[in-house]
Amino acid sequence: MFLQQLVNGVALGSVYALIALGYTMVYGIITLINFAHGEIFMVGAFIGLLLVSYFKVNVFVAIIGAMIFCMIMGVLIELIAYRALRKSSRLSALISAIGVSIFLSSLALMVFGADAKGFPDGAFPVRQIHVGSADISTLQILIIGVSAVLMMGLEFIVQKTKIGKAMRATSEDYNTSALMGINVNRVISFTFALGSALAAAGGVLVGVLFNAVSFNMGLMAGLKAFAAAVLGGIGSIPGAMLGGLLLGVSEVFGVAIGYSSYRDAIAFTILVLVLLVKPTGLLGQKITKKV
Amino acid sequence: MADFLNSLVGSVDPYMLQILVNVGIAIVLALGLNVITGLTGQLSLGHAAFMSIGAFTSAMVTIKTGLPFAANLAVTGVVTAIVAAAIGFPILRLTGDYLAICTLGFAEIVKVFFLNFEPTNKALGLTVPPAKTSIPMPIYVWVVAILAIILVTFVQNSRFGRALKAIREDEIAADAMGINTARYKIQAFALGSFMAGIGGGLYAHFLSYINPSDFGFLKSVDILAMVVLGGLGSVPGAVIGSSVLASAPEFLRFMSQYRMLVYGALLVFLMVFRPNGLLGGVNVTELLLRAVGRKPAGK
Repeated sequence: MFLQQLVNGVALGSVYALIALGYTMVYGIITLINFAHGEIFMVGAFIGLLLVSYFKVNVFVAIIGAMIFCMIMGVLIELIAYRALRKSSRLSALISAIGVSIFLSSLALMVFGADAKGFPDGAFPVRQIHVGSADISTLQILIIGVSAVLMMGLEFIVQKTKIGKAMRATSEDYNTSALMGINVNRVISFTFALGSALAAAGGVLVGVLFNAVSFNMGLMAGLKAFAAAVLGGIGSIPGAMLGGLLLGVSEVFGVAIGYSSYRDAIAFTILVLVLLVKPTGLLGQKITKKV
Repeated sequence: MADFLNSLVGSVDPYMLQILVNVGIAIVLALGLNVITGLTGQLSLGHAAFMSIGAFTSAMVTIKTGLPFAANLAVTGVVTAIVAAAIGFPILRLTGDYLAICTLGFAEIVKVFFLNFEPTNKALGLTVPPAKTSIPMPIYVWVVAILAIILVTFVQNSRFGRALKAIREDEIAADAMGINTARYKIQAFALGSFMAGIGGGLYAHFLSYINPSDFGFLKSVDILAMVVLGGLGSVPGAVIGSSVLASAPEFLRFMSQYRMLVYGALLVFLMVFRPNGLLGGVNVTELLLRAVGRKPAGK
């Protein structure tokens, strides 16, 4: 029972972590809470669904297709809705992000309709594997595996490549890195592309797991992933992974011990409690502000 | 008196009247958030939570006791303010986005609480009996809205308001100048929530049905958009922002299913072209004085 719930929790948590990474990377660089991120997750799920049901591709190709599509979309959103606002107050950019979010979810509502769509049968072969006392489905293995590969890929890009170095420099100090000859605009576009691709992958995975894709799936998932990013310490990449896993596991355990009607409150209660004790999140750095 | 007011309200087109009432309630809510976010600079993403606390408190007061509506609203406002102060005491230590996500989390918790709260019918929602007053609701809403405008205008120019603005501009500097930032932030939070509670009470009695799901994240965002669109910290801005956004969905109704699509795009474009809000950085008093041909005082 414990092992079973733990696996369920880790599967859910890795999806939260995938989405949370996008929030945290964007925040780390331009201190914007990208509220449209949850909707990118939703669009990713729909693209995956379209690819699987109309083009009959397998799930992995669908994930890659959705990632590419959302990459382009993320870059475009930044270009249209955020770039002009980079120098103005952060709240304006926030409202703009919320505008994008409303736009995308109502667009999805118009195009795909209000009811949840399911993946066609046999999109991914589901089998149960017995490990000790737990039944682990191949779906959960798929989710955990894909998330792990993506996160390792991200870690590689951020730590080992030149553009990753530029990303880290930009998030450390935006102005100085611009002076050092880093093309900040390109770094920001790249960050949006990376974050959106991860969210899209998360969208397809969730779509396959729950076998439901709907226009409003982005809102709650986005909020919880954002909570995960803040829980881990916003701006910190390992923090987002930790926060996502923690929220996913505690949510599943909360439901398992009988608080299912409080499901959505569990994540936020943990968040509020952790922030009260550690105001910058679990792995966030404490920055002393000076006048 | 009551007959006269009733006939006055009756003479207005009911559809227009409904839009007007929505605008009036939005003004009360937006002004409340304006005190928290605009004046004090504390980003709150959970204003709708206080609205829902107000709405349910006010509805329960009407159902359980026979208090007249004015007393009901006062009780509601005070209860909401007390809850806000209790919540604000721990969470206002957080700054910036950590505070924002905490208020968001609190709002979700409040929503889930009411969804599981037996006395308010859980997820079924609550039918609210008519308000105990002889004055018609639309007039009531607008009287409260005008009182709110006057209140916030006075607060803004008072010693208290100046302290809040100092905290918004630079919290550390304000602290160094001897302003008790923690106390002022909690007071501002309580005042803003007081107004949110009253707005919620009006909302409950005007619609006569409330459901916890009506006060979700999107409602908070709606109110925040009104404040930011109008111009942070500006009272006329909050009034104009709430008038535009509360009536926009109605005026956009002719494009039926494209309505929310256009609303979202509108938010983006307004922000891109007027990043400080419609009236941000505009001194309305000065403009008015200039319009009547007088030079503003002190220049």
